[in-house]
Amino acid sequence: MTAVLEETWVLARRELTHWRQQPVGVIVNWLFTVMVALMFGGLFGGAIGADYFDYLMPGMFALAMFFGVEATMTAVSTDAAKGVTDRFRSLPINSASVVLGRCLADLMNSAVGLAVLVGAAAALGWRWHEGLGSALAAFGLLLLLRFALLWVGIFLGLVVKGPESVTMVQILVWPVGFLSGVFVDPDTMPAWLGTIAQWNPLSATAAASRDLFGNPGLVPDHALLLAVLWPLLLTAIFLPLSVHRHRRLNS
Amino acid sequence: MAEPAIAAHGVRKTYRGAPAPALDGFDLEVPRGTVYGLLGPNGAGKTTAVRILATLMRLDAGRAVVAGHDVTTQPAQVRQRIGLVGQYAAVDEILSGRQNLVLFGRLNHLGRARAATRADELLERFGLTDAGGKPVAKYSGGMRRRLDLAAGLIVSPEVLFVDEPTTGLDPQARQEVWSALRELVAGGTTVLLTTQYLEEADQLASRIAMLWHGRVVSEGTPDELKATIGEDWIDLAFADPEQAGRALPAVAAHADGEPRTEQHRISVPVRQRTKALIAISTALAAEGVEPVEVNLRRPTLDEVFLDLHRKQGDKQEVAA
Repeated sequence: MTAVLEETWVLARRELTHWRQQPVGVIVNWLFTVMVALMFGGLFGGAIGADYFDYLMPGMFALAMFFGVEATMTAVSTDAAKGVTDRFRSLPINSASVVLGRCLADLMNSAVGLAVLVGAAAALGWRWHEGLGSALAAFGLLLLLRFALLWVGIFLGLVVKGPESVTMVQILVWPVGFLSGVFVDPDTMPAWLGTIAQWNPLSATAAASRDLFGNPGLVPDHALLLAVLWPLLLTAIFLPLSVHRHRRLNS
Repeated sequence: MAEPAIAAHGVRKTYRGAPAPALDGFDLEVPRGTVYGLLGPNGAGKTTAVRILATLMRLDAGRAVVAGHDVTTQPAQVRQRIGLVGQYAAVDEILSGRQNLVLFGRLNHLGRARAATRADELLERFGLTDAGGKPVAKYSGGMRRRLDLAAGLIVSPEVLFVDEPTTGLDPQARQEVWSALRELVAGGTTVLLTTQYLEEADQLASRIAMLWHGRVVSEGTPDELKATIGEDWIDLAFADPEQAGRALPAVAAHADGEPRTEQHRISVPVRQRTKALIAISTALAAEGVEPVEVNLRRPTLDEVFLDLHRKQGDKQEVAA
């Protein structure tokens, strides 16, 4: 067990070293969501209403977690394509360590990204109103979503072949992100579209965070419960799939 | 007799959706402490064999034992005893050479300090000390393969798999990798080297198995193999078939194998090229036949394998 922890840490440290060697890419990634928040807050804020920025931010936090899928997937598929994964698999280490190391590093990355986005939002006047405890619970839910999406990213990274598929996922991230309660309330959409958006896991986390932060926006029933259940369901599906895919020896 | 470092018997592997098996009754026995060459053209199954023996892939049928442990039932024990140097330099391109070696050292359960000293030792040994701090993305092809070799040697493995170490390298870089490999061999590690180059196997390996369509078709020392395939070929062209016919007995008398004729051309395998060339020229002069073209060349691998394949086919026909 201690061996697994140590291997996991060594592999997570490898990612941290990547950040140090190529800081620009990581920082741009962190600032990207800030830019998207400014763009939508600025563009639509005036048209939709004064409190749109407060409505938008919890959605942006959830979207930032969602964007992490892409980073995880790219890193995993790059390692597989370059033979680094094979090298790891030929080493006397637990195969769980490789995925756990990735998981730890990407969670740390997203936590920093979230902190940057929250800092930027606070500087622009966004606040939480329900006390530190509720705010921490909201951040917990957001990171839970990220944890679940990690396994989606690892699975996709192991399944996709080549850069074309990565590009396809990068494009698909947008409609999935938009078709949710991130930017606008699904109740304002045409009924069929609203239903899809309502069922988007991002919507549950966004709505539950709004509730916990005390930000404006209608909170659907059971938002909190769904914000816990959705990530657990995604993890229950994609964690075993990823581990299976990683262990499968006939690639 | 000591147990072989690698023993494979009747290994079969078919990729999903592939029309033909990648390995089709693959047998191999590699004695400890030797450099063993697995030679074959593209698609013969070399990489599949290495991936199965290095526990990266499961076999469909048969049995393989590496360093005393079965690859199917004891993969963890096998992994503790092997090193793998990939066809594509499997190192982290963003990290520096030194950071790579420390990382792989730590993953081989060396302590922090031990991993660091080992990294420095290996950088020194492979002539990478100066480049140790640079990211691998800035390395030349040869440097990258040498780093890859070093990474495979962190914990002196019992068996090292070296999969096509010089494919795609220029001659200079190839020499660099060869001298690195020779040093490694001096340390007594068992090496299974796969290559598509006859010359590379000849330079480095003490025994060679030739792989063709997923099975070993010929096995022996480089000299034994050369004796069966002829070391070099002399191609002669004459003005017309009639002259070629007159020349044939004189040429055949000095050849080390069956001559091949085609219209006005004669090709013969020879073992000692200079001697044979002089002997054949002298004989032709005595016969009064002047060739219009004389070429001395190494056999191509395709030729070697086609030849083996034909012999294999003959044997099967005789057996049937």
